[in-house]
Amino acid sequence: MRFIFKTSYEQDIRLAKHGGHVFWYSALLLLMVVAPWLVSEYWLAQLTFVLIYSVVGLGLMLLAGFTGLFSLGHAAFLGVGAYTQAALTGAGVPFPLALVAAGLLSAAVGMVVGLPALRVKGIYLGIATLAFGFIVEEVFARWESVTGGNAGIHLKAPELLGWKLESGESFYGLCLVVTVLATLAVLNLLRSPTGRALVAIRDSEISAQSMGIHLARYKTTSFAFSAALAGVGGALYAHNLRFISPDQFNIVQSIDLLLMVVIGGLGSVHGAFLGAIFLITMPQVIAMGKDYLPAVIGQAPGLQGLVYGAVLIGFVLFEPMGLYGRWLKVRTWFQVFPFYRKGMFKRQKSFQKSERLR
Amino acid sequence: MSGEILLSARNLSVNFGGVLAVNDVSFDVRRGEVFTLIGPNGAGKTTVFNLISRIYEPTSGEIHFEGKALADIAPHGIAQIGIARTFQNIELFEHATVLQNLLIGRHTHRATGLLSDLFFTTKTRRAEVQAREKVEQVIDLLDLQHQRDSLVAGLPYGVRKVVELARALCTEPKLLLLDEPSSGLNVEETGDMAFWIEDIRDELGITVLMVEHDMTLVSRVSDRVLAMNQGEVLALGTPQEVQANAAVVEAYLGAGDDLASLRRQAA
Repeated sequence: MRFIFKTSYEQDIRLAKHGGHVFWYSALLLLMVVAPWLVSEYWLAQLTFVLIYSVVGLGLMLLAGFTGLFSLGHAAFLGVGAYTQAALTGAGVPFPLALVAAGLLSAAVGMVVGLPALRVKGIYLGIATLAFGFIVEEVFARWESVTGGNAGIHLKAPELLGWKLESGESFYGLCLVVTVLATLAVLNLLRSPTGRALVAIRDSEISAQSMGIHLARYKTTSFAFSAALAGVGGALYAHNLRFISPDQFNIVQSIDLLLMVVIGGLGSVHGAFLGAIFLITMPQVIAMGKDYLPAVIGQAPGLQGLVYGAVLIGFVLFEPMGLYGRWLKVRTWFQVFPFYRKGMFKRQKSFQKSERLR
Repeated sequence: MSGEILLSARNLSVNFGGVLAVNDVSFDVRRGEVFTLIGPNGAGKTTVFNLISRIYEPTSGEIHFEGKALADIAPHGIAQIGIARTFQNIELFEHATVLQNLLIGRHTHRATGLLSDLFFTTKTRRAEVQAREKVEQVIDLLDLQHQRDSLVAGLPYGVRKVVELARALCTEPKLLLLDEPSSGLNVEETGDMAFWIEDIRDELGITVLMVEHDMTLVSRVSDRVLAMNQGEVLALGTPQEVQANAAVVEAYLGAGDDLASLRRQAA
């Protein structure tokens, strides 16, 4: 077990709480930086996807995991970012500017979508965002002058300060930088008054309000920030695929994104990354496993959906805290070995909540 | 006691679809006193609290705090002008640590904006340390050192009650609303609570308005007591006066001739 001797309040504010954090996260970053020289082109492309989905996941985690607002239409923000990027770079706007614009436009759309969130909660908010997702998908398909309609639209390779990022390696580097920046922004937000206000809204709106938190302002902020990250992720997504069409931003994509944060572990930043790894590697694992299964099952068309569904049900039943929760348990097991008890993470039944006043 | 008037309620009435929860209630809370609302269940005590925190709108009547009409202030602005509260059934932020809960109590004093927070500038950093210093003072006052890093979800009921009081104190209020501070506490914890309420009034100089059923606690800490029944004021005065008031006794125990007839039946 590690005991930390605290001597100043600064210590509780720092991102890295102790030497172990510094060592392991530095090691991880180093590994990510040298990854292009270590892994094959195929796996590097997968890693790029993991990074892109992590950025989107961070945004959705902030909204769903930390503010307690569920969005069933997050693919729409991804799409807004992707199409903004495609339209702007197509018109000759430099890549960094287009990326910022994609984030900002998504944030603006997020604010508008956040408006119903001020009035409706839970399942109703889910339905409102779901409807929004359908509307946006339809706009992508119909607004042919900008989006190219159902035929889709092609993108050029991004160009940064006169340097064309044609290769997989250079684009991976770009995604890594964006991911690190997004992660730092989210971590900073969460350790600041803004982040605490979001957590307060998630846990009890009524007492958040009585502590002086402006519910409408913070919910809108959360929606905007979450959408901005999804938009930036969408812009990178568009560049990575070099081709986008409306059906990439449909309900299935939205559900995949939600699946990602739930399986990763709601309410943890790690969860966004673990969820992204799960979402990207799972199809590969299924593809590899197919050959070992009898043809009737292995070649069945709905196999992936079935496996995803089964995994999700498994997590909801047995590990509501997701992959990150599982990791916490494993880590604790080693830390306190041999004193791990089965009930250590069991929450005692919460006391009866007062009737919701609103 | 004749301090200036901090909070004044005038002719408050609330009508929930035909049910008069509060009917023409008026009272003044003076600066520096402990003012207690008592009354049987359903008397409208918590409704009065919810009117002051602007969770409900009064059907008629008005409340003034330091001369300002509360009706002009948004619900989230109530904390800003110096009114903090606790809840009858505890409304803490369950999936956060005690420390985080108390830091949220510092929200009204936040000095930084979203951008500063995003980059965690030196300004935010300094503000965080200052907030922490204030929070630690409250932790010292209420003996919460051991629970500082515990998740609220895993804490026993008695401790949660104290954490909620601590969170309200972190806002540095002028008026503290305590909704049944001793409910669910054992005798020893209730004793601690009484000490703290006295400390809050005498040392921090915070005016306390509370709803309470435990008459031992009420008579120990209250300067004045307002007894309510079925939304109406029965009596107002010192704890002793109110306890001796015939209408109050009747509200709690029933009228004398009721008792006499019960005895006759039993005999």
